[in-house]
Amino acid sequence: MSTVFIALQANEETRPIIEAIEIDNPQAIVHRQPAMVKIDAQGRLVIRRATIEEQLGRDFDLQEIHINLISLTGHVVEDDETLTLSWND
Amino acid sequence: MDMKVAKKKLGLKDKYKLMTRDLGWEPSYHSKDELYPYMNYEGIKIHDWDKWEDPFRLTMDAYWKYQAEKERKFYAIIDAHAQNNGHLNLTDARYLSALKIFLQAISPGEYAAHRGFARVGREFPGVGPQVACQMQAIDEIRHAQTQIHAMSNYNRYYNGFHAFADQRDRIWYTSVARSFFDDSMSAGPFEFMIAIGFSFEYVLTNLLFVPFMSGAAYNGDMATVTFGFSAQSDEARHMTLGLEVIKFILEQDPDNLPIVQNWIDKWFWRGFRVLGLVSTMMDYMLPKRVMSWREAWDIYGVENGGALFKDLARYGIKPPKGWDDAEKAIDHMSHQFMLGLYQWSFGTSFHSWIPSDADMDWLAGKYPDTFDKHYRPRWKHIKKLAAAGTPFKNYGLARLCQTCQLPSVFTEPDDPTLTCHRETVYKGEKYQFCSDGCQHIFENEPEKYIQAWLPMPQLFQDPIKGDLGEWMKWVSLLDGKDNGDYAGSEDQKNFEAWRGLATTNQ
Repeated sequence: MSTVFIALQANEETRPIIEAIEIDNPQAIVHRQPAMVKIDAQGRLVIRRATIEEQLGRDFDLQEIHINLISLTGHVVEDDETLTLSWND
Repeated sequence: MDMKVAKKKLGLKDKYKLMTRDLGWEPSYHSKDELYPYMNYEGIKIHDWDKWEDPFRLTMDAYWKYQAEKERKFYAIIDAHAQNNGHLNLTDARYLSALKIFLQAISPGEYAAHRGFARVGREFPGVGPQVACQMQAIDEIRHAQTQIHAMSNYNRYYNGFHAFADQRDRIWYTSVARSFFDDSMSAGPFEFMIAIGFSFEYVLTNLLFVPFMSGAAYNGDMATVTFGFSAQSDEARHMTLGLEVIKFILEQDPDNLPIVQNWIDKWFWRGFRVLGLVSTMMDYMLPKRVMSWREAWDIYGVENGGALFKDLARYGIKPPKGWDDAEKAIDHMSHQFMLGLYQWSFGTSFHSWIPSDADMDWLAGKYPDTFDKHYRPRWKHIKKLAAAGTPFKNYGLARLCQTCQLPSVFTEPDDPTLTCHRETVYKGEKYQFCSDGCQHIFENEPEKYIQAWLPMPQLFQDPIKGDLGEWMKWVSLLDGKDNGDYAGSEDQKNFEAWRGLATTNQ
């Protein structure tokens, strides 16, 4: 199974997002690099609005992630509740 | 008592439908063929434009909101950088060579991409791609502007930044990136999308921005980190669009497959050659390096590109034809290119240098099979010549590849001791190439590439007529300031003097 990843800027806004991704994707591996955090996962990675809101303590629109997004791979499926990255192989 | 009822917001899917599909209309005064004249001549068949979907479902209202937020963050840091002598926080002013190449070769490419997307957004009949291309066109001009603005802070203090626009058009090494974008912009709209949207953005842009911007962070350059990551946050959307485009075209008609495969083969190789410049930035020009070019390639080329082409195999897509040759070049290209830049440094609007012993030890560790065997001996020889007061300079003109416009400094894929050189005769004229990949590209479209502007023939034309001084004037290169070895340069002296002032009370 191929690896998907998402890379976010390392800052105060992304800290709770990264924590939420770790909670929802226990298989994910978090790499902390200069000024950025790259999260790899085998086959599939799910980002959930509800988990981010719990970590953040406020309402969150998943599209806010664009502000701090650096890069990603895989097919993207996004609706109001989740953003999913995956490969079909 | 009235209960406060929260106003029901539109869901993402409904909003996307209303704010893209619902903006389209059926023409009544003109036929669709008249409105979209470039839709058929490339041979791509599209049956249903409504199948095109932006996976992020970004609409214009949300786009403006988030882009404005990105700009606010960007300018907060640029202001702080300017107000706090940010340029003195650099690890070393050698780092600036990487920025100068970026400004002269890459930022104008952003502007070219802006023009390209503005054009294809007009030429595609579907509303989905029209909206997505409009956003990308605005993104790309934002990138060009923020990059130029961020780097203008260095132009106040250092050489080589002042004439990037002239140099984009006239100096020899920038013609590599320029010809790449001109080639894509003068192609049909579908080829442009595969060239820039898919091959460049999806397969290659991570190699440019991610390690390079992390490198900027490592080297104390907050201004570049900020424009880099701000631009890259748009690239994630561009990459997703690039992947969507290729799936859309392939799902529309089985006849599209061979045309698309041919474009992938072509544009992967064109893009890989442009990235030759990036390999030297990563391996040589960052005083503090974040990872080697080889390590970046393993992550973003092998692992990521590998996953992508495995996924696309279900459509019948194969990895690009030049993929194996690229893999063979990875452990050699940055060294071969830096040796070229050093010997022609009289003609570059940035500095190059002989790597220190510590740098060479780092390179030997990252390239255990190639550096000590092939490249350290050459650098040691060059170092000896410099110490004897007879530095190695090459005032001969490089033989340029007709396709990628790089000097043919690269070696045969299977023999690193033999320069790779290919030749094609077309209509009685001889054309030179750096590789099989570039030769094949030429032979598929010779009438396009024989028209290429090449910087070396220009040297013998008006207003230069073979005079080196005239050439320097024409490309806005100040001899002894912008060019040559970093050791002894004005940039080096000034940086050390100013940093001394900033850290002492003298």
